Amino acid sequence: MGRYVVRRLLQMVPVFIGATLLIFLMVNVMGDPVAGLCGERQCDPATAAQLKREFGLDRPLWQQYATYMGNVFAGNFGTAFNGQPVTELMASAFPVTIRLTVVAVLFEIVIGIVLGVMTGLRRGRPVDTSVLVLTLVVISVPTFVTGLLLQLLLGVKWGWIKPSVSPAAAFGELIVPGLVLASVSLAYVTRLTRTSIAENRRSDYVRTAVAKGLPRHRVVTRHLLRNSLIPVVTFIGTDIGALMGGAIVTERIFNIHGVGYQLYQGILRQNTQTVVGFVTVLVLVFLVANLLVDLLYAVLDPRIRYA
Amino acid sequence: MPEQPPYDSEGAVAGTGMGGAMDLAASEATTLERAPGGPEGPQGPEGPGGREDAEGAGPAAGRPRSLWSDAWRDLRRNPVFVVSALVILFLVVIAVWPSLIASGNPLTCDLARAQDGPAPGHPFGFDGQGCDVYTRTVYGARASVTVGVCATLGVALLGSVLGGLAGFFGGTWDGFLSRITDIFFAIPVVLGGLVLLSVVPGNTVWPVVGFIVLLGWPQISRIARGSVITAKQHDYVQAARALGASNSRILLRHIAPNAVAPVIVVATIALGTYIALEATLSYLGVGLKPPSVSWGIDISAASPYIRNAPHALLWPAGALAITVLAFIMLGDAVRDALDPKLR
Repeated sequence: MGRYVVRRLLQMVPVFIGATLLIFLMVNVMGDPVAGLCGERQCDPATAAQLKREFGLDRPLWQQYATYMGNVFAGNFGTAFNGQPVTELMASAFPVTIRLTVVAVLFEIVIGIVLGVMTGLRRGRPVDTSVLVLTLVVISVPTFVTGLLLQLLLGVKWGWIKPSVSPAAAFGELIVPGLVLASVSLAYVTRLTRTSIAENRRSDYVRTAVAKGLPRHRVVTRHLLRNSLIPVVTFIGTDIGALMGGAIVTERIFNIHGVGYQLYQGILRQNTQTVVGFVTVLVLVFLVANLLVDLLYAVLDPRIRYA
Repeated sequence: MPEQPPYDSEGAVAGTGMGGAMDLAASEATTLERAPGGPEGPQGPEGPGGREDAEGAGPAAGRPRSLWSDAWRDLRRNPVFVVSALVILFLVVIAVWPSLIASGNPLTCDLARAQDGPAPGHPFGFDGQGCDVYTRTVYGARASVTVGVCATLGVALLGSVLGGLAGFFGGTWDGFLSRITDIFFAIPVVLGGLVLLSVVPGNTVWPVVGFIVLLGWPQISRIARGSVITAKQHDYVQAARALGASNSRILLRHIAPNAVAPVIVVATIALGTYIALEATLSYLGVGLKPPSVSWGIDISAASPYIRNAPHALLWPAGALAITVLAFIMLGDAVRDALDPKLR
């Protein structure tokens, strides 16, 4: 186990470097990092050249990248377009996005698993078929369409929720945005649980449990569910990173001032440091979540041994 | 889940950057990968290109049915497949000749009629700029279909060639490719699109297509690699090698027809997700930009007027949802037809 963790950590290093380098190159090579500093106008060449020298942008790229990463690991993410340190933006944005992600994950767990168990136990019945079709529909409708429709119906037409979220973004306000963010994964969790339940229902240990005369709910909760949820738990784990990165659309629709909002502002104003900084943190979250999930897998399923 | 973990523990990260739909595609393909050529799969390696091949076709009496003709027979009777195929056919036709069903010009707008509801000759009403929503919705299909088809072709070619070669030859190149795919998986897709496309100038579909190919190929390459590795272990491959067949002959004549099914399924579902991705990027303002006509742009432009003119949002959104649904349903139906376990 220990050796496996070390190996995985070592594997993460090139992935982390590669992913951040890719983003860094996209922003720095293809875009113009000083263009955003002159506001709406074109920079005049002398100013641009001086700014470039000042920020070290005339040095070779690998040096720029190394300097940037060195600063990041020292906790210095640079400054945003309005002079605020990027770390301050992060401190205000990440709690909001984490709350949103928590709401989304809760939806996935509760609704996804309940629907999955329901359909998995009734395979082939009308409930099963209709839920399956419904999940395909939810997967097919892009998140921004779901979000806009729910905003229109619940927020504008029926007035159940406020169409946009206040900057504080308390849990209560994030219920509908969380549902929107979760929707696609939710449908996938349902399908995954269903497949897994339907497959395990025919297994020997379930037959044994039934033969022992255990009540049905005990067979389902203690024997069937515990074994069937292993792939689901791992999916939800890896999904956390994807949800945080994908929140950009949901946050834009409901005007939530989270990570996606800050990133969007950074991109609009061509602020390299905001963009690369946030993406770096998101990539880290994604990689760590993946590692944890793989370790969790071994804990949940003792048949799997990592050498 | 007996014995086998449901995902590839080879890679350092599981690819979830594309969102649930791509996960669906990937999982559908992996169940398919294990199935063909299994103990209950007597079908030979006859793909579209290998009809006359005698190897592996089995001593079945009469004309042996291939996996593909079997699948086609199933598909023709599957209403889901027929309906989604008809929807896709219709979309392709109006993408090529939009003037068949819409006589107007999508760029002709009349501000005086902004946000008006349906009127004679304008069944879907007008959007915030006074443009005819019906015409724009019809013309929007072109952008979506172009991006979807081109991106899928690019992704499928690049991904299956790289993944197939890596799976076939193994070794250092394989390890290197696995690490590269890990890197791409670690970048959230919408985020990568925002960053890359915001700095690329131009207002055509090609930057969007290029971006989707850039971030999409690892998904297919992982699928292709897995299915080539499965196909490689079959006896008929050993037999062909023993007979002195060259690598390229083994790959093209024996492995490719047997390994292509999962790639086709994933590519079909992926086509739907790429259309959704293009609309999402256009909605965020970095995909296609206003003079072009696209559902994402229309939805984005309609969202500020959602209170007064919801129809301007609902029609393009509905068209988008139906398109994506049609491709995902089609992929799902093809997968079911190709899976011998369901026979």
